[in-house]
Amino acid sequence: MESITPTKKQRTSGPEKQDPNIDKTEAVSPWKEAYWQLRKNKLAIIGIIIITFFILVAIFAPLLTSYSPTEVGAGERLTSPNADHWFGTDDLGRDTFTRIVFGARISLIVGFFAVSGALVFGTFLGILAGYFGKWVDMFISRIFDIMLAFPSILLAIAIVAILGPSLENALIAIAIINIPIFGRLVRSKVISIREEEYIMAAKAQGMKSGRILFHHVLPNSVAPIIVQATLSFGTAILEAAALGFLGLGASAPTPEWGKMLSDSRQFIQSAPWTVLFPGFSIMLVVLGFNMIGDGLRDALDPKMKT
Amino acid sequence: MLAYTIRRILMLIPVLIGMSIVTFAIIHFIPGNPARVILGDQATATAIANLEAQLGLDQPPYIQYFHYVFDLLKGDLGTSLRTNTPIAAEIWPRLAATIELTVFAMIFAIVVGVNAGIISAWKQNSIFDYTAMIIALIGVSMPIFWLGLMQQWIFAQELGWLPAFGRGNPRDPVETTTHLYVIDTIINGRFDQLWTSIKHLVLPGIALGTIPMAIIARMTRSSMLEILRSDYIRTIEAKGSRTLSVIYRHGFKNAVIPVLTVAGLQTGSLLGGAILTETIFSWPGVGRYVYEAIGTRDYPVIQSGILVIAFMFVIINLIVDLLYSYIDPRIKY
Amino acid sequence: MKKSLLLLLLSLLLVVFMAACGGDDEPADAGDDDDDVEETNDGGDSDVDDSDDGDEGDESAEAPAGDQTLIYARGGDSQSLDFASTQDGESSRITLQIYESLLSFNEHSFDVEPGLAEDWDVADDNVTYTFYLREGVKFHDGTDFNAEAVKTNFERWSDPDHEFAFTDEGYAYSVYGNQFGGFKGDDGHIIDEINIINDYEIEFILTEPFGAFLQNMAMSYFAITSPAALAEYGATINENPVGTGPFKFVSWTRDDSIVLDKFEDYWMEGYPKLDRVIFQVIPDNSARLTALRAGEIDIMDGLNPDDYELIQNEPGLQGFERETNNFGYLGFNVEMEPFDDPLVRKAMSHAVDKEALIPLLYAGLAEPAINPLPPSYLGYNDNLDPYEYNPELARELLAEAGYPDGFEFDLWTMPVARPYMPDPERAAEVLQANFAEVGLEANIFTLEWATYLDELTKGVQDVFMLGWSGTNGDSDYFLGNLLSTAGIPESNRTFYSNTDVDALLAEARTTVDEGERAALYEEALALIHEDAPMINLVHTTPVLAGSDRVQNYIPHLSTSEALTKVELAE
Repeated sequence: MESITPTKKQRTSGPEKQDPNIDKTEAVSPWKEAYWQLRKNKLAIIGIIIITFFILVAIFAPLLTSYSPTEVGAGERLTSPNADHWFGTDDLGRDTFTRIVFGARISLIVGFFAVSGALVFGTFLGILAGYFGKWVDMFISRIFDIMLAFPSILLAIAIVAILGPSLENALIAIAIINIPIFGRLVRSKVISIREEEYIMAAKAQGMKSGRILFHHVLPNSVAPIIVQATLSFGTAILEAAALGFLGLGASAPTPEWGKMLSDSRQFIQSAPWTVLFPGFSIMLVVLGFNMIGDGLRDALDPKMKT
Repeated sequence: MLAYTIRRILMLIPVLIGMSIVTFAIIHFIPGNPARVILGDQATATAIANLEAQLGLDQPPYIQYFHYVFDLLKGDLGTSLRTNTPIAAEIWPRLAATIELTVFAMIFAIVVGVNAGIISAWKQNSIFDYTAMIIALIGVSMPIFWLGLMQQWIFAQELGWLPAFGRGNPRDPVETTTHLYVIDTIINGRFDQLWTSIKHLVLPGIALGTIPMAIIARMTRSSMLEILRSDYIRTIEAKGSRTLSVIYRHGFKNAVIPVLTVAGLQTGSLLGGAILTETIFSWPGVGRYVYEAIGTRDYPVIQSGILVIAFMFVIINLIVDLLYSYIDPRIKY
Repeated sequence: MKKSLLLLLLSLLLVVFMAACGGDDEPADAGDDDDDVEETNDGGDSDVDDSDDGDEGDESAEAPAGDQTLIYARGGDSQSLDFASTQDGESSRITLQIYESLLSFNEHSFDVEPGLAEDWDVADDNVTYTFYLREGVKFHDGTDFNAEAVKTNFERWSDPDHEFAFTDEGYAYSVYGNQFGGFKGDDGHIIDEINIINDYEIEFILTEPFGAFLQNMAMSYFAITSPAALAEYGATINENPVGTGPFKFVSWTRDDSIVLDKFEDYWMEGYPKLDRVIFQVIPDNSARLTALRAGEIDIMDGLNPDDYELIQNEPGLQGFERETNNFGYLGFNVEMEPFDDPLVRKAMSHAVDKEALIPLLYAGLAEPAINPLPPSYLGYNDNLDPYEYNPELARELLAEAGYPDGFEFDLWTMPVARPYMPDPERAAEVLQANFAEVGLEANIFTLEWATYLDELTKGVQDVFMLGWSGTNGDSDYFLGNLLSTAGIPESNRTFYSNTDVDALLAEARTTVDEGERAALYEEALALIHEDAPMINLVHTTPVLAGSDRVQNYIPHLSTSEALTKVELAE
């Protein structure tokens, strides 16, 4: 029993699906089966729709609006939602819809790079620890323990405090705090695979460590990594928004959702839409990733079900 | 049991050492000479030398580290650069504020989460189940600072039901002994103040407790479902009715461990989330202390604030672990 | 079994909790709605209507009727409670309650009135001032206020080697230096001698006639601290203030609140009216306003101009206006490339659209600034040709200066709202858009307030946002601090240094004739205008809000006022 295991990442499955038929289709490849499982999971499908929607919005942002996200005085200040300004305008007369749409880019990009960074470094360290064991494992695992001993957002704040507040540094901080989550996951997977017969066999045949890693160990760890990456994507977006909200992330006039929230706080009574929409967008994206993540976990890795 | 407790505490030592290294390193990761960064570009050479001596920066790093740890063991958390007072003295009222808020949030999370989870499992696939689980799913995806703002807007500003900021009525300050207002007011016999303190806790407490509440609800539900499918419960059911009391009595006993795990782990995110909640509700806790210190570059406060929070987190996890073995001695480590 | 008991307990807790939330609405909600709506005017006498005004929910209902505790909410904390070594407005807001100066200002203007000195004489030589001190005045620590105390304080500021100067602990009395032409031993130091005639009579002999002397003596920066307290607390006097003012210091919780209690032995008979004043920090504007509406606080500073009209029409609340006495600007670090080039500075001055700024950021409660001096001040130069908004011209000037493609710079943005800049970050965004139009890329950069001010004195900034509020009504207070060489770096953060301007300001300072002084200032302002060390943005009318229980609160046109006469109606 480890003293501390990943915090928010430990989630239970969504509503249970009890379909005894699925268990009998053993001949089908695990990926195919996962696909069928996923298709049956309504929440996961909704999640996929939400995320696809946001990705499309982010890609086609400039086509969706005739305003610029930083254009001061695109409309009257603090106008309520109307035909010209779907989500109203903020106190500088900027179009909130435009800022939300461009903000989707920022959130998705931050989420993507932060998770990729954490995934690459975490996987690398996890494989090192799991595969080589002994003092390498000891060393890396203790580092993970220590990192996880700090509440993650606090660690991120500390890192940004050292590096200085900016969107890039927020991204780096979020990547760093997520490393041990991937690292631990991969490490435990590697340890369990290492003992399996075919790895033993490969070793006996004189296969090099690197080859074994890439041909056998890694492919077998992919499923939980994908699940974790999806869930982490959501958390990373939340964390970036939190840093933005605290003024430790994106600087003005970047249309980052968390920052938009903190800037518009004081108008919450006179112009609630300036606060409603950015917050709702954050929630929706995170919700989408969580739904997909839950669905993927149920589909890919039945053992992870609790 | 005792042996396990001791072993478990010993296992903490490397983590604590690691934590102290991390916080120690914060001041050394700042680019350039820390003393100069703290004092600014026009600081005189004497002032820099004085501060270096004060911070012990003129010595080799390992010596500095030993001094740092030695001071920590003595309970010396350093001196705030901004207010020039010992941090150990400054931090307690703030820590108490955070503890009070966190405990309240956790109670909210456990009470609501556990009950919602049990009822959902009991009435699986009912409207209640679906609603509860959708709320839980939204709950885990919720930016708590947004939730806090919305609550503040609706319940404090629009409806005026609950106070919008702080811990108590500034007109009628609580006489503090422990700095935990709920306890202080009881000690003083001021139940009107107790009521005021609790009202101040409600909004930030709920904002902070929402994510753990949602996670606990989901966790409880799935543990309960598993248990409900077990032969044991099925037998009981076969004999009589599937009543809520059966579930509470027999089911919950087995679900307590996973729930406890989650509850312990979530304390970390609570302590982290406290920074956000405290900022929104002007709650004078340790999260805001660290946050303000970042703004003023008060590095000793940043160091010690983070260390204290992390230390609390570690201790809570230790307690949770020990509770496991108490509740279920079969667990082998 | 034990566990189910625990569970039961938990469930019970839940029920209680729900009940707590639900039951809550009745008293407070009722209070919110049944306010007496008949009275919508502000400021007027409202004692009668207020009697049945049990609003504010049960929070303040707990407080006994007639409780004279006033809560004054503000956006940021004070830096220090030693008035002489800081220029922070949030600091003098507090020290004005604790300390008094020899003279004071009329509550509506900058006309001098008696303070700790009941009366004063100016000899015919125009350099000898005699002050007749009030007798029987006590400091909060019980010691007597007398001529000796006055002398000790003035020596503390003027002499860096004085035992209470605390120079080694980082105390610097820059306002003293600016207002009195330097320190002991400096050529320009205007105070030659301070002679104690008897316990309650003190004489100041100046080196030469000095127009602003009496004006200065009324400033909050030259209040009198108890010498016994200086000896006792040493350099921690900034956390343990002891003066003669209407309120005495009780406690200071950083970033939270400062508590002051009525000084029972205050010399002014029957005052102060309030028993206790609490200065509460609530950083967020909207949270502060919510707290006011909920009756948790009584007065709030830093009202968002957008909300002012709303407040005036809201039953139970009143709005306050502070007369225009400030100036918000965008300063250039004239020692930093490329801002050392006046062409660049002029170009950037033409790039800013002040007229557009005012409705956007000040809800109309401001006017564009032409001079670095509020319009009512002596020597305000009406004949200057303002830098009008002209992006074309700005681009041409930039090209002429060698920057046809523009450049990138840091736009230092204040982290807190000040009267002259109610929402600095928003202002920065508008300015950024203005600069972008002429090809300049402004990166918004911010620091915590104390650090911000500190860093500015170090000359590491490019372009920074700041302002100045008058505290003695004298033009020299603006120009001498902001734009003279002597003000570098404490108050002159542009590092602007022009010997001609220095000479004109110095001459104006020693001129007693108003007309002559005005002419000198006008000339200096013309030179400054030509050099454009700062973009003069706006003069604002700061607004505050308060509960209508607050009586006799008159915001002074300097940034703050003593709450001696304020009281709370039932």
